[in-house]
Amino acid sequence: MTAVTPQRSAARGARDGFGQLLHAEWTKFRTVHGWVIGMIVAILVTGGLGVLIAKSAVPSCSVHSSSGQPGPVQHGAACGQPSYPLGPGGEPVRDAFYFVRQPLAGNGGIAVRVTSLTGPAAWSKGGIIISGGTRQGSAYAAMMVTGRHGVRMQWNYTGDTPGLAGLVSAARPRWLRLTRDGGTITGYDSADGTHWTRVGTVALAGLPATVQAGLFVTSPAQAAYSSTLGSGSVNNSPTQATAVFDHISQAGRWPASAWAGDDVGAGGPAGAPGSGYHQVAGRFTVTGSGDIAPLIGGALNDGPAITVRDYLLGTFAGLIAVAVVAAMFMTAEYRRGLIRTTLTASPHRGRVLAAKAIVIGSAAFITGLAAAAAAVLIATDVAHGNGAAVFPEPWPTELRIIAGTGALIAVAAVFTLAVATMVRRSAAAILIVIVTIVIPFVLSAPPGIPAGLTEWLLRITPAAAFALQQPTPEYYQVKASYIPSSGFFPLAPWTGFAVLCAWTALALAAAAYLLKRRDA
Amino acid sequence: MSTTAVRLGRARYGRETLHAEWTKLRTVASTGWLLLGAAALTIAVSAAVDAAAACPAGGCQADPAKLSLTGVQAGQAIVVIIGVLAVSSEYGTGMIRSTLTAMPRRLTVLAAKATIIAGLVLAVSSAAAAASVLAGRLILPGHGFTAAHGYPPLSLSHGPDLRAACGSVLYLALIALLSLGVATAVRETAVATGLVLGLLYVFPVVTSVVGNQHWQRHLEQVGPMTAGLYIQVTVKLRSLPLTPWQGLGVLALWAAGALITGALILRFRDA
Repeated sequence: MTAVTPQRSAARGARDGFGQLLHAEWTKFRTVHGWVIGMIVAILVTGGLGVLIAKSAVPSCSVHSSSGQPGPVQHGAACGQPSYPLGPGGEPVRDAFYFVRQPLAGNGGIAVRVTSLTGPAAWSKGGIIISGGTRQGSAYAAMMVTGRHGVRMQWNYTGDTPGLAGLVSAARPRWLRLTRDGGTITGYDSADGTHWTRVGTVALAGLPATVQAGLFVTSPAQAAYSSTLGSGSVNNSPTQATAVFDHISQAGRWPASAWAGDDVGAGGPAGAPGSGYHQVAGRFTVTGSGDIAPLIGGALNDGPAITVRDYLLGTFAGLIAVAVVAAMFMTAEYRRGLIRTTLTASPHRGRVLAAKAIVIGSAAFITGLAAAAAAVLIATDVAHGNGAAVFPEPWPTELRIIAGTGALIAVAAVFTLAVATMVRRSAAAILIVIVTIVIPFVLSAPPGIPAGLTEWLLRITPAAAFALQQPTPEYYQVKASYIPSSGFFPLAPWTGFAVLCAWTALALAAAAYLLKRRDA
Repeated sequence: MSTTAVRLGRARYGRETLHAEWTKLRTVASTGWLLLGAAALTIAVSAAVDAAAACPAGGCQADPAKLSLTGVQAGQAIVVIIGVLAVSSEYGTGMIRSTLTAMPRRLTVLAAKATIIAGLVLAVSSAAAAASVLAGRLILPGHGFTAAHGYPPLSLSHGPDLRAACGSVLYLALIALLSLGVATAVRETAVATGLVLGLLYVFPVVTSVVGNQHWQRHLEQVGPMTAGLYIQVTVKLRSLPLTPWQGLGVLALWAAGALITGALILRFRDA
């Protein structure tokens, strides 16, 4: 180990030396058939499980009839591929509500007093809305009172900001106002109709010159689920809400002389009997059902149960294969005594570790990327051919999930390499990686284990990085099952990834220290 | 070499082999640590699950026996390592050549290893299962699992609870044998561990999202972990695709298959 004087390697030049080191490690990796086969196995296992899951997905018509939810817009009566309206941001949305509307030409505004909202759901909504049109997925901004979350301003399905708190009643009415100025809409609320507070101003892209404005009421389906259930059964039943409005005032040019009622999104089973409105001397009573909100998929939720994340459930199996290779990439050196040759040829031990980490990290990244791309692309195709209801992922999210899976596998491989450098034994290295990454994931993926525990595990262990595969963000304004077994992680995607990176950085530092201090 | 075999009787030879394997395993420090780790992880995860569980006043459909033995799902990972290392460490160091020179009856060696490992795992997992049930008995009533909600405290004198606990012990022993068999077949520590853990964990994860109920039942029936853990179920037994003991039988078939494959490879391939 100390036979070679340091001057010799320094004389070669640092950059040259590291390039050669990289090349040497790459040659070691590429010429061991078992390791290359291990990487190919990772791709096949991950992709194969994705296809299996897609193949076994139930065609949408049978899912649909059992849930009784106003969901996918069906193509006629046939059991075809369902489609979901997409919001302005490209995300799938639920857009069903009762709309009492008039066209508003150019700039203007509408204000109203709400004296009551009766509905069973915490997120029953009644208020005023300015919308690009009555087509589902149109751009909009709305001011509303809600069942239990006070006054809110919401826009374009995903936007939500709070206004006045408290429940609405005849004794404590709420005044709501929306004004349009070109592409921006501003919402105000008031408790008395004279002192107004601005709640928010939003810019809506693509709003036409003439918009539809008026009153709306909607109420989301309520689900009864329990995270402690062994089997994930859920019962989503539609609900209805009724709101009473008066003191309607309109500013600007409103070319139509009368209000028109519209059950938006009622093409499917959402057309619940009882939706509608009646008007008595400036007092409107409106009843509606549905929701204006992003669609939430995953098990137990009322969107499609299958999401892109489900195709990637096999990632952990691919990760095991990659971890086996990454561990052996280091432990084989100790087993065969090759480490002494390696360190004689390149006495800068930290650089040997860096070269190994770069080689295994890159190989694992390519492997993970190929595995995820194969799983998602082939499985999506298979599920569509199957007629299954699949959560339509906006492409940036899909890209993040695929690239993120590659990054997850790559960093996990480097973590394994670092651990293997510390413990020098395959068994111990694999054990540590399995206990810290695979077991937290495996305990959290199927339902049955209390979410309180699995969410805690997915915060502090390197398994937090699986958050990169979360298909939709968690929305405060939609009540749903946001637990790991439904595909929701306690940390944001890149935060979860940062947890894995932090563990890996610590492990690498410890590995570099031990590699330098110990005899090989 | 063969003179040794001739000199000793068959039974005596078996005893000697058993003794040799026991000495090898006993004198390696990692065996004790791994066994301790398996028990600790099993108990810790079980207790954590108990502490996170809740059975609200409206009632719940949870299975307290299965909940309080959840740690087996994590602890089995270390049991897998124990089973794998029993064989693969000999290949890793070249020790296997000495072993087979001293004891040329290869199948006897494998049988001795299997006996010792199964015995050790049985002993340690008995303690782990008993402690897990005790933890459940102490913790669960504080989380709504009370007699008023239809859940009497867990007790080993209650038939189904006893079956769940003893079955979990057998489950872990069978996992060790499955790992031993796979390790004998593939010889490499890391590869054998990855194979067994992948095989175990893939079924529960995949069946959780398989939409087609028919497929789901079949996959659960053939998965060594999903079928094997039926032994822990104490409620709604009718909805299980197999009875608890049939489920454990599926795992036993997997273990037997792995051991036979390992035995054939050991017998006919150069060490």
